[in-house]
Amino acid sequence: MALLETKDLGIVFGGLKALDDVYLKIEEKEIIGLIGPNGAGKTTVFNLLTGVYTPTKGAIRFMGKSIIGKKPYQINRIGIARTFQNIRLFKAMTVLDNVKVAMQQHRRYNVVSAMFRLPPYWKEERKMTEEARELLKIFDMEDVAEQQASNLPYGQQRKLEILRALAARPKLLLLDEPAAGMNPTETHELMETIRRIREMFGVAILLIEHDMSLVMGVCERIYVLDYGTLIADGTPEEIRSNEKVIKAYLGG
Amino acid sequence: MGKLKKKTGAYYLVNTVLTAILFTVLFLLISGRTLNNYWSGVVVLICINVILAVSLNLVTGILGQLVLGHAGFMLVGAYAAANFTRAVVTNGTMSLYVALPIAMVIGGLVAAVFGVVIGIPALRLRGDYLAIITLGFGEIIRVMANASFLQPVTNGAMGLSVKTFSNRTDPGAMFVFAFVVMALVIVISYTFGRSRHGRSVIAIREDEIAAEAMGVNTTYYKLFAFVLAAFIAGVAGALYAHHIGMIDPSKFDFNRSVEILIMVVLGGMGSISGSVISATVLTILPELLRGFSDYRMLLYSIILICVMLFRPSGLLGRYEISLPKLVDKLLHRKEKAAKTGEA
Ligand SMILES: Nc1ncnc2c1ncn2[C@@H]1O[C@H](COP(=O)(O)OP(=O)(O)O)[C@@H](O)[C@H]1O
Ligand SMILES: [Mg+2]
Repeated sequence: MALLETKDLGIVFGGLKALDDVYLKIEEKEIIGLIGPNGAGKTTVFNLLTGVYTPTKGAIRFMGKSIIGKKPYQINRIGIARTFQNIRLFKAMTVLDNVKVAMQQHRRYNVVSAMFRLPPYWKEERKMTEEARELLKIFDMEDVAEQQASNLPYGQQRKLEILRALAARPKLLLLDEPAAGMNPTETHELMETIRRIREMFGVAILLIEHDMSLVMGVCERIYVLDYGTLIADGTPEEIRSNEKVIKAYLGG
Repeated sequence: MGKLKKKTGAYYLVNTVLTAILFTVLFLLISGRTLNNYWSGVVVLICINVILAVSLNLVTGILGQLVLGHAGFMLVGAYAAANFTRAVVTNGTMSLYVALPIAMVIGGLVAAVFGVVIGIPALRLRGDYLAIITLGFGEIIRVMANASFLQPVTNGAMGLSVKTFSNRTDPGAMFVFAFVVMALVIVISYTFGRSRHGRSVIAIREDEIAAEAMGVNTTYYKLFAFVLAAFIAGVAGALYAHHIGMIDPSKFDFNRSVEILIMVVLGGMGSISGSVISATVLTILPELLRGFSDYRMLLYSIILICVMLFRPSGLLGRYEISLPKLVDKLLHRKEKAAKTGEA
């Protein structure tokens, strides 16, 4: 059983077929690329997988169960976490609290414990702080834990977004153009980070990216979207030499 | 970690002691009649306004949604509570000392029910619908309270007389209730804001889409913050009714809602200590400027415009003043001074 499988997935926005007949299959711990020209529908795929939009047709199965109709927060709790193309951090919150928001779905205590600071509050908050700091350490960000998220430099904000998604302990991580706006060194670092994440957290990763060196370097398989339909899928080598892909995207 | 816990413990202690001192001083001043009736009443009003401002801050500051009908929840709580005490105290079932706490809970619960009914449709929509819908609610509920079919409960514009503590035999009673509730409301809204629940609410304010994507049930938490605020406003309404002894719908009009909102905006949206300070100042100021009472709303407007122009985030922004930290700082400065002195 694949971790995630979509069949015949499609969505129409006001008569415009933004996506049509999308078949994806992701196994556990795979790193998969999703590429295509601007406006091809890549982000829309993420929005369908995470429940932001409801597909007009097709099926999405995650760990064997349909997730269509579930709300984004429910899908997050089942095990799909994402980042956004345009960074969406909780700007006025500290780095630590950003991480905790995603983490606290696993660290529950009721509102009475919260208001009167009963033992469950102390226990869960302490554990959360420890875990969050641990996570920050992995990304070399422990020294900015108390800083406001909006004060971080751009590269660290991107990292924090990935880290926050990981804090939800997903089985599938969706990264929407994580290297956007990064210089080559940062991009290279990111490639290493993505590999490390898979090893350390055992997550599968679906990666939208325009930087071909990153995609080809890190992905095991790649899907190519053009005008809302899949035009190719295969290993990086296959994609590189695929006529259709070269015409639609790489050569363009 | 242990050090942190010790420090937190010390902070709690300092806060508790300071609060107890403030309480004792005010209580002695009021019950010993050092403060005259008039100013004792103002102190109680300050407590009530602080409760209202801090509760509205839960929605407007922490959740980041505008509410223009907070007085509506007060009204509902006030009438529910007043009717309860009128019934049980008059027939001698219980004394007001026992009845008032129960009445406050009843007032809060009734207001919370209204909060749910209004909140569910308003909060499902993104954007500032809450402002408009609560504005409508506040006005409708006030008109309803005047309606003839509700006369038996509200006594309409004539006003409903409410049971009060005897000022002659126990001038401090109302203060005790108001102060204790105020302290409780400040504490729980502080701790709420710094828990996983409050963090979820703040995350929604910061970015609703991202919050939802990170597993926050946004509909639930928006509703929760709003209903909690409504509940507390209902409790404040109950206190207010039993403090002034006579309520009529005009006491809970749009102006009242705006007054509470201004307290929050002035203090700094999201800052509890800011709400406390501005609620205190804005309760005392009009009393000092009694002669200019006609111009009170004008004065508020001018202050508000100035704040918006020069300090849009309010007096304190989102910053919290912490007395223990202040004490800590002073002590450390002394320590430092002592050390440098030795060297
Ligand atoms: N909510 C929406 N309403 C209408 N059209 C949309 C919406 N979201 C995306 N689209 C359209 O769907 C197409 C694919 O967009 P997107 O998935 O963002 O592309 P990509 O991420 O590949 O650059 C675009 O033509 C875009 O305008
Ligand atoms: Mg995109």
